[in-house]
Order: sequence, then C-alpha cells, then structure tokens
Amino acid sequence: MMLDSSRFVSTNPLLKVENLVVEYAVGGNTVHAVSDVSLEIARGETLGLVGESGCGKSTLGRAVLQLRPAVSGRVLFDGEELTAMQGKRLRQMRRRVQLIFQDPIASLNPRRRIGDIIAEPLLIAGLKDSKKRHELVCEVLSAVGLDPALVMGRLPHEFSGGQCQRICIARALVLNPEFIICDEPVSSLDVSIRAQILNLLEEMKARFGLTLLFIAHDLAVVKAVSDRVAVMYLGRLCEVGPSEQLFAHPAHPYTALLIEAIPVPDPDVRPAEMVAAGEPPSPIAPPSGCRFRTRCPRADQRCAGEMPELRVVASGQYVACHHPLT
Amino acid sequence: MSGPALLSVENVAVDLPTARGNLRAVDGVDLSLGAGRTLGIVGESGCGKTMLSRAILQLLPKKARLNGRVMFDGHDLARCDAETLRKLRARSLAVVFQDPMTSLNPVLTIGTQLIETLQEHLELDAMQAKKRSVELLAAVGIPAAGQRLTQYPHQLSGGMRQRVAIAIALSCEPKLLIADEPTTALDVTIQAQILDLLAREQRRRHMAMILITHDLGVVAGRTDEVAVMYAGRVVERAPTPALFKNMRMPYTEALLAAVPKLDAAPHTPLPAISGRPPDPTRPIKGCSFSPRCRYAESPCHCDKPQLVNAEAPDHQYACFHPIQIAAGAVA
Repeated sequence: MMLDSSRFVSTNPLLKVENLVVEYAVGGNTVHAVSDVSLEIARGETLGLVGESGCGKSTLGRAVLQLRPAVSGRVLFDGEELTAMQGKRLRQMRRRVQLIFQDPIASLNPRRRIGDIIAEPLLIAGLKDSKKRHELVCEVLSAVGLDPALVMGRLPHEFSGGQCQRICIARALVLNPEFIICDEPVSSLDVSIRAQILNLLEEMKARFGLTLLFIAHDLAVVKAVSDRVAVMYLGRLCEVGPSEQLFAHPAHPYTALLIEAIPVPDPDVRPAEMVAAGEPPSPIAPPSGCRFRTRCPRADQRCAGEMPELRVVASGQYVACHHPLT
Repeated sequence: MSGPALLSVENVAVDLPTARGNLRAVDGVDLSLGAGRTLGIVGESGCGKTMLSRAILQLLPKKARLNGRVMFDGHDLARCDAETLRKLRARSLAVVFQDPMTSLNPVLTIGTQLIETLQEHLELDAMQAKKRSVELLAAVGIPAAGQRLTQYPHQLSGGMRQRVAIAIALSCEPKLLIADEPTTALDVTIQAQILDLLAREQRRRHMAMILITHDLGVVAGRTDEVAVMYAGRVVERAPTPALFKNMRMPYTEALLAAVPKLDAAPHTPLPAISGRPPDPTRPIKGCSFSPRCRYAESPCHCDKPQLVNAEAPDHQYACFHPIQIAAGAVA
C-alpha cells in the first residue's frame, strides 16, 4: 500500500524551514553543519531525519528550536517566524515545541525527584496551583506507563534507561505541546526496550495529536515511525520522500548505500561488500559540487563542478543528484 | 563441530561482589570453538556477554570470582601464571573493544603503539617493526598508512581508530580474536566496512573469532554459530542458519521480532518484549525470562530449564515450552 503523500504537501505546514544555514566556528575554521536546508512538516505528520554522525541532523533540530542561532534562513512554526523571535515571545512559543534527547539518564537532573522534574515545565509556564500541577504530572506519568505513586518521589538513578526515557517523554508531554523533536530517542536503549519506547511514541502521537521530527541514524527505526523521510549528508538534504517510496525506490546513491549497509537478520542474505568505500569528508572543507561525490560510485565531472538541487523524481519524492537511481 | 576445540569454556561462572550483594554476571556457561570458526554471542546489556569475554581473556575486575575452566590452545587460562598469560595474550589471544578511543593510548602516536607491540612480541628491530606496521595499517584499509604512524588517536575518525585497534590486535597473528561490540560506536556504513574487514582478515589468517554484539543482524551473515545469552546464561545455541530458521527459545524469537524491519510498513506496532531483564543481584528462581515470556507456565517460575538438545544437530535451548517448529522443518 502506498501512502498518500499529497496529504503532507499542505498549504499550511506546522513547521517550515527555509534555506536554513547553521555554521560553527572551530579554531579559526568554519564547520558547515547545516547548509541551505529547506523542509516542511504538516500537522500530524512524522518526518524522519536520517544521516550518519556529524551530518548536521541534531544541529538542524536545535536550530528549529532556536537553541542554535542560524546564519541565514528562516524557521516558521504555525506561520510565525521563530528566527525573528526573542525573549518572552520565543519562550511562549517554545511551550508548543518540546525536545527528547538521546541519553535519557544524562538529560535528567540526578539530584531532583521525578515529580519535580516533570512539574518544572509547568512551573516555568506559570501554573501556580500546586494541586493542579500534581494532577497533571500524575496524568502524564500514567500516560507513559509509569505508576505515579511509585515514581514521583524517586531519583533518576533508581530507574533503568528505558524508564528514564519514559520520564523524559512525560516531561516533554506535560505542557501539551503540538510538536516534539525526538533526537535519537532510542539509540542508547536495548533492542527489547527500544521497541517499547517506539510503540509508546506512536501511541502518544495518536493520543495527543502530535507532530514529530524524528532524528535517528538507524533507517529501520526511522521507517517504523515516519510518514516521510529526509536523508542528510554533510549538512545537505540528499533526498526527501514518503517512507515506503523512499525505501522501495531510493533515488540518491547515498540513500541506497545506507539501506544496503543495514545488517539483515537473515543468514541467507549475504552481506553486500560495500560499494562506497571511505568515510565522510570533514564538514570544515566539504567537497565542491555534490558533497557525496567523493564516496559515490556514480560521480563524474559534473558532480564536482555543479551542486545538485532538490528536484522531483516521483510523487512527493525529491532528490538532489545529477545521476539518480530512478 | 569439527576438529579439536581451540577454546573450550566449561561451566564458567563469574561473581562480582557489589554493595547490593553478590552479582552473578555469568552463570554456568559452556562453549567451545574450533580453529578458524566464528561464534556470535548475542544479548542485551547486562546479559553477561562482556563479562564472559573478560573471563576468557582473564581480564576480569580484581574483585570478581571465576569458577569453572577456560581451556585455550592446551592451556588452562585460570591457572596460568602472569608471564604465560602475557605471552598468550600477546601471540595467540587478541581482543578488539567497543570504543577505540578508550582502548588506544591517547598520548602515544599510532606508530608507537603498533611498533612497541611488534618489537616486544615478535622481536623485530625498529626498522622491521616500522615496515611491518605500515603493512598492517594498509591491510586494514587505512589510506596513507606511512603518514598515520606519526598521528595521535584523536586525529583519526572513529572508524579509522577502530581499524588501528584491529591492526594492533592482528599484529601478532592471533589464533583467536575476541571482538566485543566492535562496531557499536560506529556509523552504519562504517560498521559494514569494519565487519567486512574482520571477516576478510579472519578467512585469510584462518583465525577463530568471537563476535559479541546486541544486533542479531550483525551475526546473521557473518558467523558459523550463535549463542544467545540472557541474564548470565546461554539460553540458545545453534549453527547460525539453524538458529534463524528454527529458533526454539522464546527469548530469541522475541528479540528478533522486536527489531524494526525494513520491509514492514511504517507505523506497524512492534512486538515489544514487556518488562525488562531481571536484576542480576536478585536472581529469579525459575527461568530468568519467565516474567517476560508469553509462553510461560507455572513450572517456568519454579525450575530453571537446562540446555537440552534440539532435534537438529548442535542445536541446544533452555526452555520448557520451546517454540514448535513446522513438521519437516528439521534439517
């Protein structure tokens, strides 16, 4: 069954990123973390963002929340420009957007009790009624599958990684946000726990009507939860498309490489010897033209001279490549 | 299994004293591995797979107590003196750890670390050792190997550091290489390269290998046999094709089912395993997996199932209610 991707090309996306550029200064050099990235996320959609470490996917997530200043470009949330906001207005806007991090244990204050950790966003948002706060905390803890009576008075170290991630999800949900950025939410968890948390995120999304930006390096994990997938390489988008379409017919050689590299739990499937050897070049001095060309089996002269722009290859599928596979 | 075993682990148990009481990290494990063969050990964190590899290497924490016997190439490792162990570890028993940043010395150059090993154990002179180092680095796929000798670990990427760690491990032509989650810290394209490299070097050197991982996908295409561990015990063991085709232990089945599949449609709920592994300082009376197992019945909560032989050769599982396999499926 093909997903109807036209559903997500809405005239009024919840999040719109336009030509976003984020750079870091490192010892006199410039790291080109995010270069000219544009994307849209429709209300109720999950967009998966995949790429290897250092490709800029986390920086993009942070730049959306204005936790990283953009060099240029715009981020619009529900029609309002976040990149132009400051101070109180930005803080108010951020209540509608929450973040879940990779390491659940490190993202909880080890000296504070779970009840206080989850109540803090409410307190910052100005909810002074402590009884109401307690009620909301209990509600959200039950929603993520924890028993409030057992959990609220305890400290983070008393919980396993999977339970800590449930607590982080509860903290993100307590302000009733519309949009959650999940930055590698399951990559530090064991296989059996990972499935629980992925199911929980899907459940919460349906129950609270959330829109998600799901950042991960694991393609199978991304496919399991995403309506559409965006593939990033060295700061640039290579390919964007509906999940089923993108995995069945990858158009960018990098997407194909990523799919091929996943170890398949079937002994009859012999692992393919890697076609694209080598490693990603440094984002301080990215290659000219297409940034993937140094590892790409299809690269030629044109790829070195001319930067490929994103263009349509199939319904809802966009690729930035001079020699796409489809 | 053919030929005499290079490594045999006999009823090995590892106990660690902790503030919460005794922690039995490994609980009565038997394994054997022939020369040139590859054994995958699969399990989640805390299942004892790393402690088992430490027991084989005799690199357990000081407070740990080891019971049972580890026989390697005719030596009873637990009874070897320090000098014999040092020689064995140098020449025939090598290891590659998960994090190459912490297993390489950050204040010594790559060259120093390689050349030192070669001079010490192979008694090469400085020139020979340097030449051999360059050959080794080139063999593990490091470009401009000669120039890398003067670089420090922090100047290399994670994948390159792991290649260096592999070069050091292979430098003295070991008979057995233990790779403990060698690709967990690496990106997926680099993971595939490193696994290819290990497989190639293993074939070329006719070296035995233990590949420890949490990822069933990693062992599927690259091992001869697989042992699945849960709560310190081996709960299923079989030749790799048999394990994936006719798995009998519910934990193995549940572990495989919980992995998101590329061929599944988006938003398909995953068959997650409920609960979490037991606290190793509070051992469970019956089968350790019984609180999470969907097939568990009352005997599972009282008695510990021992490994029993399946119908297929070399296939063992520890379960009172094994998964029934289709008639005629037995090889």
